[in-house]
Amino acid sequence: MTDAENKALQAKEKAEVTTPAEGTKPGLVFTPAVDIFETDKEITVLADMPGVKAGELNIDLHENVLTLDSDVKPPEGPKEADVIREYNTGKYYRQFRLSQVIDQAKIDAELKDGVLRLRLPKVEAAKPRQIQVKTA
Amino acid sequence: MLLTRRTEWPAWGWASPFAELERMRRQMELLSGGLSRGLLEASSAGVFPLMNVTEDKDNYYVRAELPGFKAAELDISVTGDSLSIAGERKLPVEDEKAQYHRRERESGQFSRIITLPAHVDTGRVDARCADGLLTVVLPKAEAAKPKQITVKTS
Repeated sequence: MTDAENKALQAKEKAEVTTPAEGTKPGLVFTPAVDIFETDKEITVLADMPGVKAGELNIDLHENVLTLDSDVKPPEGPKEADVIREYNTGKYYRQFRLSQVIDQAKIDAELKDGVLRLRLPKVEAAKPRQIQVKTA
Repeated sequence: MLLTRRTEWPAWGWASPFAELERMRRQMELLSGGLSRGLLEASSAGVFPLMNVTEDKDNYYVRAELPGFKAAELDISVTGDSLSIAGERKLPVEDEKAQYHRRERESGQFSRIITLPAHVDTGRVDARCADGLLTVVLPKAEAAKPKQITVKTS
């Protein structure tokens, strides 16, 4: 973390999705950059999804596969003509296979400034429990 | 005199094999870069953040994807025909005991200056940051706006 403080951000082209399943709708699909970390209680997923509005994002957890899927409308107005185009906009799509059992009812998602914070609480059984060994 | 002559030596001079290699390497790069990248991406300056610039009759629109940035953290200034954007992205330290599985999001500082095709009205520039998308609307200066010219018939 210490060396990250004064680091200059590098321009990165958005990674396009290469999935075997082809989309039926035309348009580009990108992979959002994510941070995933785990504590005793929960797994947190942070995903950079600029331009996504809360209503356009679908989060689905089915048979331990977490799917993030969102539609993004192009921000440009109809009368605007390109001068420079360095990045493209399109949908975001990414899937993760979770190895832990998640308490589906307690999943909490928050989208703020284009960053998704998804909390996936583990079910009680999956949490590590300290077992006291009694001496007779 | 000798020094100036030496640099002007033709291709068989002592320094030239490397210069020639360098020239070839640059040409190859140009060729392969042009093939692998699309036409649109070819104009990218490769500086963070990547920007899209569009225009209509009255304004220029500069857009950049800056997820997680707050409007107050961005430093935007305009002079004549150039727009400069600077800022820093800080990722808050999460739970100390958290165990990371993926870490793809990056933090750091950035600054970028772009030159617009024409002068803008600096007093009326408007910047907005919503859903991680920065939009700067720059009204064109009166002199830079297209003017309709009617052809008179005599």
